[in-house]
Amino acid sequence: MNDPILEIRGVSKRFTKRLDMAGRIAAKLGSSVKEETVHAVDGVDLAIKPGEVLGLVGESGCGKSTLGRVVAGIHAASEGSILFEGKDVAKMSGAETRAATLAIQMIFQDPFASLNPRMRVEDIIGEAPRVHGLVAANEVSDYVDDVMRKVGLDPSLKKRYAHQFSGGQRQRIGIARALAVKPRFLVCDEAIAALDVSIQAQVINLFMDLREELGLTYLFISHDLSVVEHIADRVAIMYLGRIVEAAPTEDIFANPRHPYTQALLAEAPRLDQRKRDFAPIEGEIPSPLDPPPGCHFNPRCPRATDLCRETRPMLEPSGDAGIVSCHHWRDA
Amino acid sequence: MTAVLEVEGLKTHFFTRAGVVKAVDGVDFSVAKGEVMGLVGESGSGKSITGFSILGLIDPPGRIVEGAIRFNGEDIAGASEERLKTLRGNRIAMIFQDPMMTLNPVLRIDTQMIEAILAHEKVDKREAWERSRDALGLVGIPSPEERLQAYPHQLSGGMRQRVAIATAFLNRPDLIIADEPTTALDVTIQAQIIHEAQKLTRQTGTAMIWITHDLAVVAGLADRISVMYAGRIVEQGETDLVIDHPLHPYTVGLLGSVPSANKRGERLYQIEGMTPNMLDLPEGCAFAPRCRWATDACTPPPGVQTVDGRQIRCVHPRREGVTA
Ligand SMILES: Nc1ncnc2c1ncn2[C@@H]1O[C@H](COP(=O)(O)OP(=O)(O)OP(=O)(O)O)[C@@H](O)[C@H]1O
Ligand SMILES: Nc1ncnc2c1ncn2[C@@H]1O[C@H](COP(=O)(O)OP(=O)(O)OP(=O)(O)O)[C@@H](O)[C@H]1O
Ligand code: SF4
Ligand SMILES: [Mg+2]
Ligand SMILES: [Mg+2]
Repeated sequence: MNDPILEIRGVSKRFTKRLDMAGRIAAKLGSSVKEETVHAVDGVDLAIKPGEVLGLVGESGCGKSTLGRVVAGIHAASEGSILFEGKDVAKMSGAETRAATLAIQMIFQDPFASLNPRMRVEDIIGEAPRVHGLVAANEVSDYVDDVMRKVGLDPSLKKRYAHQFSGGQRQRIGIARALAVKPRFLVCDEAIAALDVSIQAQVINLFMDLREELGLTYLFISHDLSVVEHIADRVAIMYLGRIVEAAPTEDIFANPRHPYTQALLAEAPRLDQRKRDFAPIEGEIPSPLDPPPGCHFNPRCPRATDLCRETRPMLEPSGDAGIVSCHHWRDA
Repeated sequence: MTAVLEVEGLKTHFFTRAGVVKAVDGVDFSVAKGEVMGLVGESGSGKSITGFSILGLIDPPGRIVEGAIRFNGEDIAGASEERLKTLRGNRIAMIFQDPMMTLNPVLRIDTQMIEAILAHEKVDKREAWERSRDALGLVGIPSPEERLQAYPHQLSGGMRQRVAIATAFLNRPDLIIADEPTTALDVTIQAQIIHEAQKLTRQTGTAMIWITHDLAVVAGLADRISVMYAGRIVEQGETDLVIDHPLHPYTVGLLGSVPSANKRGERLYQIEGMTPNMLDLPEGCAFAPRCRWATDACTPPPGVQTVDGRQIRCVHPRREGVTA
């Protein structure tokens, strides 16, 4: 059982911003506009075990959603591969590919933008299982009721349209839609960020219940450290397209090794800290268009040396089950 | 402690086709010099409208229907637009969730910031420029001299927000109303901005209202906390009291549902039900339909009472030792 259910191997994703007409003319006339390439994800390796919740944390723009989309098959990787149950998704046969696409589902940040307002809830949830033949046509209705109950929605509301529901209910509809195709793996991209404080707890509880009932595996993307601490077994920290540290949750919160992880944990506001002095880390977030050489974190790092400014640190084992990429993690 | 701001019985209603939205419906609080008040509550509870009312930014179909807003002793609830304009951006500043509500998209940053200073003070342009540059440096913007020449669209979202914040600080106002200014920012940048805000209140005695739904942020920043639900402040008191011993059932639920207050992997306390429909509020306590302690005594609407050093609106305060 310890073989990973999903493996991310050397995955990179680049976006190239093509010049529009005005840009091309300007370039011809000698202006400095040029095509820009964003290294949104830069050589990521991660393996996720069946039933595990892996939290993915990092600042805005570091590439979390892009990595999630590559895993869910929404974007193709520029380099590297995704292995589902040991098989490269890109090299699967037609039937295998379809099975893998259904097995890996993604829940998006904005519960409204991702639901078609002109569809009734029963169709939003029931369409994919019917089309893919997961349930017989005459059983779809009962099946939809089942799934709705599972996520805590009243099945008598299934004739309604998505916009007639509250934010928390809409997020549940999105979850029900994903669950309806019987996935094994869920990518949750900031799945609770848009929800009201009092509704967030409902949805977190739901995720934890589903994990127990259905044995689901999660890639749980969030910028909220306290949520990740609560729900994840293991946490991966991302900075400018790269994983800089990963370790079991308790371990990483008790003993962060990468200077960026240390800064994140130090700055995260907590209920038990009162009238604290907020002491910022120095330096600007670098642009993914023009990442600094060597360690990407070096312009903001209190421990940076010339080595950090020149040579990229590689991920290496740290402790029992962790990995870290920092030239000086042992010095602390 | 002298109150910079006193709000008394404030009611701001919106007269819409579908009915009257009582967005703010009887709010009382005051903020002293150098004090930070955290204003928390769910989405739609009236936090922003409270802030807009103080600044005189309520447009039809909305209107302040009742109440007093005293700023340094002067009632500004019905003040002329001219008077409000003089106060805004000079003595009272607001930082909005969306920085483009502060910034003009077609003007360079330096033009906007220098104008903000010159509008209220007679200094020469050079000095205004230097102050603008220093203000950008304070909120952590690197190479501020170059950034001053940028237009807003040339900056990242987080950087735009920091420019808006720097602009709010420019004239060292007596009162800053910050409406979720850091929710979109990385925690490391958030800390930097809160650090600057803290310095300002400590050094110049600026009073501050910090609106957010992140309880952990106000726990670390605010002297006092006011919790809003459906247009009313349901609990108000010193930060330690409210966070460690909440009395109102809504505050109890809110704090219980914050993950860090719970043990890892355990189920979170959840407030049942949906957020209220502001067009169709219950007759009594607006929280009653979601409250596990509600009884017949919760209609008519509970008035404000002082319990254990706090003002609350609830007939069944959750005192220690009192259980369901
Ligand atoms: N379709 C796209 N075309 C071009 N650039 C993109 C595209 N999608 C993402 N990017 C860029 O890739 C980088 C990573 O973006 P991504 O959305 O993965 O970040 P994120 O970590 O999810 O951030 P956030 O926390 O703000 O959601 C950013 O610089 C972004 O501008
Ligand atoms: N122009 C308007 N017309 C009608 N109703 C309005 C108008 N502006 C605000 N409201 C209503 O007033 C209530 C309070 O809104 P407000 O913006 O103050 O909420 P908030 O507490 O700031 O919420 P959030 O956390 O989502 O920003 C809401 O129910 C809102 O729908
Ligand atoms: S490698 Fe160097 S710059 Fe990067 S985090 Fe470690 S010490 Fe800091
Ligand atoms: Mg994202
Ligand atoms: Mg608001």
